[in-house]
Amino acid sequence: MRLSETGIDFRPLAGATRAGVAQVSAGQWSAVAQAFARAGDRLVALWGADRRDRNGAFVVHAAYAASDGLACVSLPVVGEPYEYPDLSKYYPAANRMQRAVFDLLGVRARGADDERPWLRHGAWPADFFPLRRDADGARTFAIEQERYPFVTVAGDGVHEIPVGPIHAGIIEPGHFRFSIVGEKVLRLEERLGYVHKGIEKRFEGMAVVEGARLAGRVSGDSTVAYAWAYAMAAEAATGCAIPPRACWLRALLLERERVANHLGDLGALGNDAALAFGLAQFSRLREQWLRVNAEIFGHRLLMDRIVPGGVAVDPDGAALARLRQQCGEIEQEARVLRAIYDEHAGLQDRFQTTGIVTTELARRLGLCGLAARASGIARDLRVDSPCKPYDELAVAVASAKTGDVAARVAVRFDELFESLRLIAAIAERLPAGEVRAELPCLAADGFGLGWIEGWRGDVLVALECDADGRVRRCHCHDPSWQNWPLLEHAVIGNIVPDFPLINKSFNLSYSGQDL
Amino acid sequence: MLLLTRQILKAGICTEPAPAPSDDWRADGERIQDEILRLLGRALAIRQVDAGSCNGCELEIHALNNPYYNLEGRGIKFVASPRHADLLLVTGPVARNMKIAVERAYEATPAPKLVVAVGDCGCTGGIFGESYASCGRVANVIPVDVAVPGCPPPPLDILRGILTAVTRSTR
Repeated sequence: MRLSETGIDFRPLAGATRAGVAQVSAGQWSAVAQAFARAGDRLVALWGADRRDRNGAFVVHAAYAASDGLACVSLPVVGEPYEYPDLSKYYPAANRMQRAVFDLLGVRARGADDERPWLRHGAWPADFFPLRRDADGARTFAIEQERYPFVTVAGDGVHEIPVGPIHAGIIEPGHFRFSIVGEKVLRLEERLGYVHKGIEKRFEGMAVVEGARLAGRVSGDSTVAYAWAYAMAAEAATGCAIPPRACWLRALLLERERVANHLGDLGALGNDAALAFGLAQFSRLREQWLRVNAEIFGHRLLMDRIVPGGVAVDPDGAALARLRQQCGEIEQEARVLRAIYDEHAGLQDRFQTTGIVTTELARRLGLCGLAARASGIARDLRVDSPCKPYDELAVAVASAKTGDVAARVAVRFDELFESLRLIAAIAERLPAGEVRAELPCLAADGFGLGWIEGWRGDVLVALECDADGRVRRCHCHDPSWQNWPLLEHAVIGNIVPDFPLINKSFNLSYSGQDL
Repeated sequence: MLLLTRQILKAGICTEPAPAPSDDWRADGERIQDEILRLLGRALAIRQVDAGSCNGCELEIHALNNPYYNLEGRGIKFVASPRHADLLLVTGPVARNMKIAVERAYEATPAPKLVVAVGDCGCTGGIFGESYASCGRVANVIPVDVAVPGCPPPPLDILRGILTAVTRSTR
C-alpha cells in the first residue's frame, strides 16, 4: 500500500530515508495498522517517547514499510491511564515491542492479551519507568529473582528443558524453555532481555555526534548498519547534506560487514552440522577479511568508521586496489567451499527440511531480512527503497523458497557473492571529493529517521534532538525483534539436537533486541 | 570428497609462525604454556560468559578459535560449563538482569577460579557505564584477575590477557 492510499495526510520527512510522518488519533492508529496488515505490509518498529515537557503527552510511534517508503504514525497519549490501542491483533510482532514500551515508559497497550514484563526482570520495580524524562537513569534498586510465567504444555510424557541465560558456547545470553516429548520439540518459549543495559536512557542528553558511538554498539556484529542508520537519522534531523564519496564509502563498509558476517555464519553452520572443516575454512577467510579491515580502515569490525556527516576513513587508490583484489581471492575460495557444501550428503541431510518457516507463516508474523528472503519473501531495502549509492548499483536480491536451514545457507552464499561484486564495483566507481561535512546547528527540536538493510535485516533508527545539539530520544530497532518469534515456530516438530543449527541459521541478536 | 581433500591441502596450515625472540608476548606464550601445564597438569579450560556485551567481544573471542591463532594447540579450550572451567572469560558491562547468573557461574567455578574481564565495558563499564540497568565493570560483581581493554580487543590481546592471568596465578 502507498502512503497516499491510507487516507492520512503524511508529511514527507527530509533526509535520505524515504519516509512520511503523521500525527494520528486513536481511531486512525488502529485503522492504519489494520489497512497495512491487510495489504501485507510489515510493521517495522513500535516505540514510545516522553514528550510531556513539550506538549504534555507521551507519544507512541509505529513505522510501517509502505510500498513507497516508511510510514511513521505518532499517537499522543494524554492523561492517565496512559494507554493506546493494541496492535498485536493485527501484527503479532507488536507483542514484545508493546511490552517493552510499557516496561520502559509505563504506557500500556489497551486490549493486549499478553502483558507479562519483557525487558524488566527483577532489576527495577514495576513502578519505575526509566524512559520517563523525570526518571533518574542512575538510580539503582535491589535485584529480585523474578518468577516469569512461562506457558506450560501438559500431557503424557511432556517435560521441560530450561536453557540459559548462560548458554553452552561463546554466545549471548537468553533463556529458552523447551517443552519436549521424547526428542521432539512441542513448544519453545523465549525469554529475552538479559542484556538490557539501558541504551535508550543512555542516549538522553548525549551530543548528537557522540551518540553515533553508542548506536554502533547496540549490536556489535551490525555496527556499520547501526552507525549508518544513526548518521542518516542525525543528518535528516539537522538538514545535513553529505558528500557523494562518503555515501559510496558507507555502502562499501556495509557490504564488508555483510561479507564478514556471512563468512562467519557459513563456517559456524557447517560446524553445527558436524563439518568442522567448514568452520576451519570459513573462519580462515573471515580472519583474512578482518585483517584487511584493520589494515585499510583501522578497525577489524569497522566500528566508528561511519560518523554523522560522512565517514572517518578515506582509502587511497592502492587501498582500493587491495580491496578489489581481495574480493577476487575470497570469491574463488568461497566458490570451492560452496561446491563442497552442496555435494556433502551428510551436511545437506542436516540442512534440508530442518527448521522450516513457510512463506505464509513468514508473511503473517512479519519475518524480515535474510531469513525472510530464504522463505520466499524477496524484500531488500537496497532495492525496494534504495538510498544512495544503491540506486546506481542494481543489487540482485537473493532469495530461496524452502524456508529451511538449507535455504538460509543458500541465501548467505548468494549474498556473499553479490556483496563481493558490489565492493569491487564501488571501489572501481568511487567518486572523488570530501568525505565529511559538518552537522548544522538547529534552531528548534529536530526529528530524523535512518533505515538501512544490514546483513541480518533492516535496522531503523529514530532520533529526536534539540536545539542544543543533544539527543532527546533515540530508538534503535533491530530486525531480531521480528525474527525471534519465528524461531519459536521454526523449531516445532524438530528434534532438540537440531536447535543449535536452526538457531544459528537465523543468528539473531540478543543485545540488539534487549537494548 | 576429492574437492574437500584438495581444499584442505591447498589451504595448508595458516597457523602463524613460531614466536620470534623479539616478539615479547609470544615468547611469554611459550613459557606460559609450560606454566599452564605446571599449574593445572593439563589444558586450560575456559568458560566464556557474556554478561551484557554488544556481542563485538564475542566475535573476537570466536576468532581466537580460528586456525591463525591455534588456541587449542596452545593447550587452551572453551568448555560448556563453569564447573569444568579454570577461568571465566567475561565480556560486557554486567547487565543488572545478568547479575545473579554471573554470580552463580562464578560460584560454580572450581579453584583456581581465574577471571579475565574482556573489553572496555568489562574493564570500566565502557560506553554503557553504571545505571538502573547496568552494574558497570565486571569487578563490581565478581573478583577480576586481569582486565583486557579494547573495543573490542583484537584476538591477540585477549590471548595475552588469558596468559597473563595464568602466569599471575602461578606466582
